[in-house]
Parts: sequence; structure tokens; C-alpha cells
Amino acid sequence: MATVQAHGEVKWWSGGKSPFNVEYGKLMMWYFLMSDAFTFGAFLISYGTIRFSQNYWPDPNEVFNAFPFAGHANLPLAFVSLMTFILIVSSVTMVLAVHAGHSNDKKGVVKWMIWTIIGGIAFLACQAWEWTHLIMGDHSVLINGEIKQIGTTVTMNPWGPHTSSASGEHVNLPGPVAFGGYFFGITGFHGFHVFSGVIINIVMLVMAINGTFERKGHYLMIEKAGLYWHFVDLVWVFVFLCFYLI
Amino acid sequence: MEHSVQEVSFHHEPEGSTFVKKVIKTTVILSVITVIELGLGLLMYAVDMGSTLVLFIKGVIVILSLAKAFYIVGIFMHLGDEIKNLIMTIVVPLMLFIWFIAAFLWDGSSWRNLRNTFNGTPAAVEAPAAEKGTGEKH
Repeated sequence: MATVQAHGEVKWWSGGKSPFNVEYGKLMMWYFLMSDAFTFGAFLISYGTIRFSQNYWPDPNEVFNAFPFAGHANLPLAFVSLMTFILIVSSVTMVLAVHAGHSNDKKGVVKWMIWTIIGGIAFLACQAWEWTHLIMGDHSVLINGEIKQIGTTVTMNPWGPHTSSASGEHVNLPGPVAFGGYFFGITGFHGFHVFSGVIINIVMLVMAINGTFERKGHYLMIEKAGLYWHFVDLVWVFVFLCFYLI
Repeated sequence: MEHSVQEVSFHHEPEGSTFVKKVIKTTVILSVITVIELGLGLLMYAVDMGSTLVLFIKGVIVILSLAKAFYIVGIFMHLGDEIKNLIMTIVVPLMLFIWFIAAFLWDGSSWRNLRNTFNGTPAAVEAPAAEKGTGEKH
């Protein structure tokens, strides 16, 4: 086997070998992910533009303070921390699946792929709960001098500045409408990536169980699926940053 | 075993046990950074502080997130182990984001300034002055 020391002196571009030392599919997966990074980047930056253009923007600690089965307890950011942690862990199990694939360990690949899929489904379930809670959860909002009960949707935002009604009740004013649209649009687009990642991982799991990769002699497909899955985790780092932290 | 993929001239798979150690270390780093970020986020919520300090803390959180991204891409996605030319074809186009972010956030804040200056209702719904803003919404 060629030694790693030879790395520096190799004439990569004189023909006969792949100059990037990776197989075609993996390189193209990298370029796809780069273009997808620009798609997500454009969404998040347009969110930033609108947010910078507003005099008021809701405080994420107030909006995202609920936890399943915790009633009305004020637990800012607790649930989204759980979601973040689930996604990090499923990224780790994916790394271990790819690693097991390197040593052609079918049992290991199957085991870690199952854990990765479970993590992905758990994340989606959390997101479904969070969306439901935001859309269905009504809040008292003062609109044209009347108190109305509204939830967070793409056309309504109950998270405006605090005020008090004529009768002295503590209510909110309507917040910037763009908040819901960007939140549901971007977390939805990310959730769709998670969903398609879960589907891809299930396909990989079935192929691994059927011995497709064993017959091929390598588990490079798992590696490409892994790149996609890590990218989903990477995007969540920035969605988490833009919507929940700052 | 002879590899069936000809595109790969050299393999750089790390040793089993050292690799797992590296993964565990990265996981711990990612978790710790996330916890610090959450701590800072809650600190901004719990403690009333000046806007300069809030901006500073938000900047710190952004930098910590970039560190997380670096670890995910470098270690989990193994980009750090690839050939330098490959890394450059991915990373150099991403430099566009520097202009992208600066230009569009600038645009957003200019939009706000223009509206506040020429719309007749300067900062009508600024957070603390909310009571005043109620009636005058156009």
C-alpha cells in the first residue's frame, strides 16, 4: 500500500489518478451540500434583513418556553436544547456507522444506522410538537382596542411589545408578521431535510441488511448518506443560533 | 483487500480506537459549547443589561456557533482529512457569505432608519415605549 509520506510529492494532475483522491459520488455530494448551504444561507440572511429592518422583534426566551407535559411552567429554551442534543447524538451515531462501514462491519453499520434513524424520528416528533404548540397556543393580543386570542402562524404574531388594555389587563400588541413566516419556513425547510435524511438512512439500512454493500465490497454509500446527515446537523447549528439564541 | 474504487489512491482511515476517542472528544466539545451558548442565552433573559453588553454576548454566541460548525465539518464530515485542493473548492466559494451577510444586514438596518426618519412615526413601537405606540399605528 502506498505510504502517506508520498502524499506531498504525488503528481495529482498528471493523469492516471483522481486529483482530489475521493470517489465521484462523494465529491458531488460535497458540491451539492455547498449549494444547499447557500440556499439555507439565503433564507437565514433574508430573515436577518427583515429582522434588522424592524424596531421590535420577539424575544425567543419568551416565545419558546414550553415543554411537553410541563403545563405552563416557564422553561425558556429547554425543549429546543433537547432537540439540539438529539440531533448532535444522532450525528455521532452516524459517524460510528460510517466508521463501522470502513472496517466492513455489517453488524455495526446496521446497529448505528438504526440509532441514527431513531434520533432523526425523535427530532421530527419534537418539531411537530413545537409547531403544534405555537400554532394552537392562544395568547391575549390587543388588536384595534379589542383583546383577541391568537396563536403564532404565518399571518399572526402574538409576541409584540407588552402593554395593558383599557381594563388594565396585561396583554401583548401584535408583533411583526414576518416572525411566523420565517420561523415556520426555515425550520420547516430544515425539517424537510431531516425527513428526507431519515428516508435516505432507512434506504441505506435496508441495503446494508440485504448485504448490497457487502457484495460491493465497500460501504461508501453510507459515507455519502453520512455527509448529508451531518450537514442537516450543521444547518441546525445556525437555525438554532438565529431563531433561538440571538 | 484490493479496493474496487479506483478514484481513491490513498486511504487515510484512522486507527479504530484513536478514532473513537476523537469522536467522543468532539461530542463532548459540541455539547459543552451548546451548554455555554444556552447559558449565555438565558443570562440575557434573566439579567437586565445594556444593549452594548447584549450585542457583545450575541457576538460571542455567534463565534461559538462557528466553532461548532468547524468541528462538525472538520471531524464528523472528515473534510479536514481531505486533500487541500478539495477543501479549497468547498471553502473558498463560501467566502461569498462575508459579503452576503454584511450587505443584507446593512440593507435591513438602512431600511429601518429610512422608515423611522421619513414615515412620520419614529420608532412607534420601540419596546419600552409600547404604551404610547398603541393609538398611533397607521
